[in-house]
Order: sequence, then structure tokens, then C-alpha cells
Amino acid sequence: MTTTEAPHTPARADAPAPAPVRRARRLGPGRPIPFGWAIGPALLLAVWSIGSATGWIDPRNLSAPWDVVRTAGDLIADGRLQEHLWASARRALAGLALGVAAGLVLAVVSGLSRLGEGVIDGPVQIKRSIPSLALIPLLILWFGIGESMKIITITLGVLVPVYLHTHNGLRAIDSRYVELAETVRLGRAAFLRHVVLPGALPGFLLGLRFAVTAAWLSLVVVEQVNATSGIGYMMELARTYGQTDVIVVGLVVYGLLGLLSDGLVRLVQRRALTWRRTLAD
Amino acid sequence: MAPHPGGLTGTRRGPAVRAEGLVRTYAGRRVLDGLDLTLAPGEFAALVGRSGSGKSTLLRALAGIDHGIPASGALSAPHDVSVVFQDARLLPWRRVLDNVVLGLTGPDAAERGRTALAEVGLGGRERAWPTELSGGEQQRVALARSLVRDPELLLADEPFGALDALTRIRMHALLRRLWDRHQPAVLLVTHDVDEAIALADRVLVLEEGRIAADLPVTLPTPRTPGGHAYAQLRAKLLALLGVTDDPAGAPDAPATPGDPT
Ligand SMILES: Nc1ncnc2c1ncn2[C@@H]1O[C@H](COP(=O)(O)OP(=O)(O)OP(=O)(O)O)[C@@H](O)[C@H]1O
Ligand SMILES: [Mg+2]
Repeated sequence: MTTTEAPHTPARADAPAPAPVRRARRLGPGRPIPFGWAIGPALLLAVWSIGSATGWIDPRNLSAPWDVVRTAGDLIADGRLQEHLWASARRALAGLALGVAAGLVLAVVSGLSRLGEGVIDGPVQIKRSIPSLALIPLLILWFGIGESMKIITITLGVLVPVYLHTHNGLRAIDSRYVELAETVRLGRAAFLRHVVLPGALPGFLLGLRFAVTAAWLSLVVVEQVNATSGIGYMMELARTYGQTDVIVVGLVVYGLLGLLSDGLVRLVQRRALTWRRTLAD
Repeated sequence: MAPHPGGLTGTRRGPAVRAEGLVRTYAGRRVLDGLDLTLAPGEFAALVGRSGSGKSTLLRALAGIDHGIPASGALSAPHDVSVVFQDARLLPWRRVLDNVVLGLTGPDAAERGRTALAEVGLGGRERAWPTELSGGEQQRVALARSLVRDPELLLADEPFGALDALTRIRMHALLRRLWDRHQPAVLLVTHDVDEAIALADRVLVLEEGRIAADLPVTLPTPRTPGGHAYAQLRAKLLALLGVTDDPAGAPDAPATPGDPT
């Protein structure tokens, strides 16, 4: 047997020459395809386009993609989309800010004192088991159908995940760090700043991601209850006129807002938790 | 190395630690049962005892971090107490320097922290995260964090227990050097009789909730295992700890790092 033959001959148990490695069958999904994530959406878009072009999709059920794009252009050109977007964003941000602040304060108070926990934790757990959206009838009776009802609904939806995850994060702080803080004689404020808040930060940021989702979800609902501005109002109005193109524009905007805000929170998460990332790298 | 203070370092007023009739009870069991202890300022004492004999309990009492435990007895300890725990106990979300100066105030805090880090051989690692350091480096940061406060009393609970033998020897020399420079009273808890003899000038044995033995160590530093006096002291301590030293070669004695001969 010559060396040039070796790679071609099948390996034999008694052959002294090194056998060529038999590649195992690949069981994993294999190498990632470039822009693989875009295949599904592109396929959907293609079906939608073909369906609209051939008249297979009735424009009264779903406008053609090009109609949606043209409508979006028109809405932006006459400033209506921006106006509604701003009205929605203002609501969502106000509710988010209030809810995050309230959730954070409640979690810290309840995490640091037994009395606080006794007072706060029960009601929040009860609130947790009632979907915020089920509270809307009561909130309408109390606050009317104006802006405050909408913002309060969003606030309540945001508060719960922020509270729960921050509180969990606080409780998970190793008691040994508390002991350390005592031996270096940290004051209350320094203890909060150096141990409690950074220790609870991973939990808080997780809660924030859920909170952002909750804020958009509540927004969609309250804007369809009774509103005179906002993306939801724009869509509701379009429904009464059968403008499916405007409805689709609204859906796309909601989707983009959700994606964008989640990406933002994740970015914050990455920047704020560098100390944890070093473990994974 | 440095001259041995023996007993002539009493430059600060009064004893550093005085405990009389100290009692600490866990679940109805008196872990400390009428313990008396006096430490002079600048004195380096080691505390040995069986597992569960209450060494950590005593340290926690001296550090004032044993809340909510039935306690009695008189205890006076200085205000400036630093603790080195068995785990380095660095805040993972604070950089090394911020860990060292944790709780320090004043404009020169950062500068003092840098100096302390340089003292333990970690100058230049100020901006590292604790998770980026090795176990020995983390323990050195913990040591820097204790010393930067210039404590009158340094309490160390098996600070080198998790380190390998080589790193331990380096840490022993470092601790002894730092003690020489800063002159705190030290109470070092250890499982290791050789560590106690190598570092301390006085070895205390804790048993049944009291200091059962109090042996001065008069060997010259640096103390390497070997020699008659060393062997005698070691055997005596092991006997006190209930380890019967077998004349054939002491199989249950901890392996001594470093070759004496
Ligand atoms: N928080 C606690 N609750 C109940 N019992 C405790 C607690 N802490 C310590 N004990 C008990 O007190 C006794 C002394 O504990 P301690 O931690 O002081 O021992 P030790 O001498 O430090 O032991 P080791 O050398 O193993 O660290 C043990 O029997 C232990 O079970
Ligand atoms: Mg212990």
C-alpha cells in the first residue's frame, strides 16, 4: 500500500496506515444562512403581494402592500400619522414613567422593611391576579373617559412587572453583602446606592422589559375604548370607514414601537450590566 | 524580617479587645459560654478550634454583626474594626478600587485605595471587575479593603482557606508584612495549626465555648516548620484539638507547605 493510495482505500482494522476520519452525520441545524431571519417575512410579503395583484385577496379585507405604503406616505405628508403617534407615545411614556417609578419605590420599601412588605406585597399580589384591562370599567367610573383614565390604566399595567422583578432581585441579594455593608459601616443611603440598587438592577431591568410590553398592550386597548387621538383612534376611525390600509399602517407602527423599545431596554441592560457580562465572555 | 514585638507594642491606650463572660446562644445551645478574652493593641493572635466550636460566632460577636442572637456578657472592641471573610466578598457590580474604598469618605479616599491596592501588589488593577481576578487576587483586594481603613482590630475568618498552598505562603508573608506596617490587633481564625504558628504571636484554642488554652509563640520569624520548639508547640496544639499525634509520622496532621530542611 502506497501513501498516495491511503486516502482512497477504506480503513481496515488490521491496516497500519492511519484511516481517514469518517465524518459523523450532522444532527444540528447546520450553519446559519445569511439573512435567514428575513426568509419568512419575505415569503409572507410575496404571498400578500401576489394575492393582492391577482385579486385573490379582497381589498376590503386587506389592502395591497403598495396601497399601504402609499397611505403611509399620505398620512405622513399631511402630518396625521406624526400627530397620532405623538399622542400615543406621550400616553405610553407617561404611564411607563409613573408605573416604573411607583413599582421601583414600592419594591424598595417592601424589600427593605418587614412592615413595608406586609403593607405593600399583599395588594400588589392581588392586583397581579386581576388583569389591568379588567379594571377599565371601574377606572372609567372613577376617572372618566379622559386622559387620566388611560394613563392610570397603563401605569397599573406597568407597575406590577416592575415591582415583582425588582422585589425578587432585592430578595435575591446575598445576605453576605448585607453583612459586609455592616462591617464597613455603610449608612442607609450608601447601602442603598452600593448594595441594594445595583444588586436589584438585573431584576429591575428584566421587569422593565415586561413593563414596556405591558405599556404598549394597555395603550392599544385604552385607545380603542374612547379616544380622540392616537394610533388606536386612527385605526378605530379607519375601521368605521373600512380603510384597511390605514389599519395596517397602525399595526406596523405598533409593531415598530414594540421592537424599538425592547431593543432600547436591551441596550440599557447591556450597558448597565457589564460586570455580569464579563462572566459570559 | 521585622523585629518581633512580643508585648512591647502597647502604644495605643487600653486593650484592643476585652470580653468577659461572653455568651452567645444558638437554638438553646450555648456556643460561647462565659468566654473571657483580652487582646492587646497591635497583638497578633490566632484562634483555632474544632469545626463548630464557635470561632466564627466569636468573630461575628466582636465585629458586632450578630444581630438577634440571645447574648450576654461584657464586650468592648474598638470602633475601627475590619473583617476579612473566608470568601473575598467583593461586590461583583463594583470595580476593584470601588470595592476597596467602599464606605470611605473624604477627598483622598480614592488615593488611599490606590495605595492600599499597590501594597497588596495589585496596583494597576483598579478598574478591573472582581470576576476578572483570581481567587488569590480577590482575597488580596479584600485585605486591601480592610487595611485602607487603618483598623485598630483586624478580624479574619479563615481568609486563606480557599487558596492553594503556594498562594497561601505568599499571603502569609503579605499579611505579616502589612501587620508590621499598620500594627492593628489581629484575631485570625484558622483550621490550620501551622498557619497559626507561622503568623501569630499567641495561639488561642476555643473549646466548649471558652478559651481553653492560650499559648504564646516565641519562635523567631520567619517561622518555618522544623526544629524542636516548633514540633513541640505543634504537637501540643494538636493534642489540645484532640488530634492524637501518632509518633510514627502524624498522618492526620495537615500537610505543611514548603520544605523546612
Ligand atoms: N445562624 C445559626 N443558626 C443556628 N446555629 C448556628 C448558626 N450559626 C452557627 N450556629 C451553630 O453554632 C456553632 C458554632 O458555629 P461557628 O460557625 O461559630 O463554628 P466555627 O468554629 O466557625 O466552625 P468552622 O470551623 O466549621 O467554621 C455550630 O454548632 C453551628 O451549628
Ligand atoms: Mg467558621
